[in-house]
Amino acid sequence: MWDYSEKVQEHFFNPRNAGAVPEANAVGDVGSLSCGDALRLTLRVDPESEVILDAGFQTFGCGSAIASSSALTEIIKGMALNEALEVSNQDIADYLDGLPPEKMHCSVMGREALQAAIANYRGEEWKDDHEEGALVCKCFAVDAVLIEDTIRANGLSTVEEVTHYTKAGGGCSACHEGVEAILARVLAEQGKAFDPYAKAPEAASSPAPRKLGNLERIRRIERSIEAIRPNLQRDHGDVELIDVDGRNVFVNMTGACAGCQMASTTLDGIQQRIVEDLGEFVRVLPAQAMAGRG
Amino acid sequence: MTAPPATQGIYLDNNATTMVAPEVVEAMLPFFTEQFGNPSSIHAYGNRVGLAIKQARRQVQALIGAEQDSEIVFTSCGTESDSTAILSAIRAQPGRNEIITTVVEHPAVLSLCEHLETEGYKVHYLEVDGKGRLDIETYMDLLSDRVAIVSVMWANNESGTLFPVQEMAELARSTGVLFHTDAVQAVGKVPIDLKETAIDMLSLSGHKLHAPKGIGVLYLRRNTRFRPLLRGGHQERGRRAGTENSAAIVGLGKACEMALEHMEHEKTAVRTMRDRLEQGILAAVPHCFVTGDPANRLPNTSNIAFEYIEGEAILLMLNKLGIAASSGSACTSGSLEPSHVMRAMGIPLTAAHGTTRFSLSRYNRMDEIERVIAAVPPIVAQLRRLSPYWSETGPVAEPGSAFAPAYA
Repeated sequence: MWDYSEKVQEHFFNPRNAGAVPEANAVGDVGSLSCGDALRLTLRVDPESEVILDAGFQTFGCGSAIASSSALTEIIKGMALNEALEVSNQDIADYLDGLPPEKMHCSVMGREALQAAIANYRGEEWKDDHEEGALVCKCFAVDAVLIEDTIRANGLSTVEEVTHYTKAGGGCSACHEGVEAILARVLAEQGKAFDPYAKAPEAASSPAPRKLGNLERIRRIERSIEAIRPNLQRDHGDVELIDVDGRNVFVNMTGACAGCQMASTTLDGIQQRIVEDLGEFVRVLPAQAMAGRG
Repeated sequence: MTAPPATQGIYLDNNATTMVAPEVVEAMLPFFTEQFGNPSSIHAYGNRVGLAIKQARRQVQALIGAEQDSEIVFTSCGTESDSTAILSAIRAQPGRNEIITTVVEHPAVLSLCEHLETEGYKVHYLEVDGKGRLDIETYMDLLSDRVAIVSVMWANNESGTLFPVQEMAELARSTGVLFHTDAVQAVGKVPIDLKETAIDMLSLSGHKLHAPKGIGVLYLRRNTRFRPLLRGGHQERGRRAGTENSAAIVGLGKACEMALEHMEHEKTAVRTMRDRLEQGILAAVPHCFVTGDPANRLPNTSNIAFEYIEGEAILLMLNKLGIAASSGSACTSGSLEPSHVMRAMGIPLTAAHGTTRFSLSRYNRMDEIERVIAAVPPIVAQLRRLSPYWSETGPVAEPGSAFAPAYA
């Protein structure tokens, strides 16, 4: 049984705005029958103010598809179209107190239905720019298409690199075989063979690093962390520098990063970045580890 | 048969797993406490457990009609039995690198075969027709001295359709090919008499017949070429090393004894309840149909496709009423595609996602069946009201073209 939040269950059992809106002037159809999800969103938009007066959904789909559709209509009613276009799938998921990773595509479908309906209202042709593949990494909801595209775009050749770029494989390890299969396929297209023992290519070594002063060293560490923060913030997490003690760099993981099962992988990533920027080895540790080091 | 413990729910998901029979629990309990000995030990502690395992082996032997009790190898589950059988056949016959199976097997066989393909084995997947039936001529053409093993399920877990495994095993034997059947769904529901067949290996799983989870059996016909999956101790005559799960083995023995006693009940009373459920639902709900081969299937299984709605939503609504069933929809399988069994039978997507499996056991009662018959039609109607494929009175005209969203 899925771990559905109370809110998801509530919206599934008592969906809001079910059915087509009478006198609708915008319709968005998205979904795929083979995936078992299809959604028709109908809107009545005030032509003067472009405010969404009413929204209704018809959904062929599972519990979270119906709940996501219901949540979407509640979110956008009363919004101006331009405002509604800003609604992201994460907003829909947040409204429902989260969705299981396998079910995030239900919220994506909701956002796309909205975009399609607005395009329909404006007489534009809506193009689906999102291609979804089979879910490979269940820990972080990464699908095959994203992994494949990332491998191609960045010339990746190891599972470790795929994890650093997409997070896929950073959790329970169950998908490593699947990630390797994708790597093997993409590399084969490029006329290369996948080598399971390959090491991720080392970052180009910088010219002989001069010994840094303490202040300069800490500033560089700060800059490295600043550069990483936007990536973490995108996932509702964050990191702050607490102290530097010799080789040990202590940081605080906050927001979604706190208690995330990916935290240790994230720390590894931060460490790798700082090591590259500093040109010397440091160990990045959670601030909680300071106490134990007295 | 003791009555089941009082629960509020109606459990119609017995092909997923079954309640452990109270008598089975009772038989097992001493083996967690005073009967803790290791059956390999020479002293009385071990000996008593050894004797109990011996009795359990005979109880299993009786249920499946094995010639010898030494043909029963206890394993941890059906999946282990399947893996042992198939890997044994290819390891014991290095020159043979082909496998014959079907497209509708359980993942325990299918995933293993797909993996073996990556290691260079050639796997032939027999297809099925709209009712889930195999074409025997195609099968006969594939049998050759290149085939290491045929692995075909006795009964399908989703549709309940029975395959003619006895006939297929005879054909395999006549060409000198080993035959394995995953009988996890069949054992305890249909009579099986292995000594009268040409089946070389058979997998069964305890928790499908009111024994606990974590115990399975591989039937291994005497004198069959074999390589163990797990090596180590001499347990199970070296065919499956590892200290015996003695409590579960004793429980499985008791469950097999009870299954044999209730075989007639399964064929009559359980079948009657299943038929009533099916007829009741088909009469009350428009646009639904039975999948599989209704004339040739397990007596406890009914798989109904409700068109234009999705299975997980049906299950959640049933669950709210305390009714447990399962579905072949993409969402419940955790993948992006609906059941491979339904797709193999060519069930249209608007119906495949709405397939709902009701699987009964001897612990169900007719009044429960009547309650389910009453519960299903409003749920289907409610979900259809939400569906873009449904209008006020029925499916929209030409559902395929009326709502065909473009999606990558």
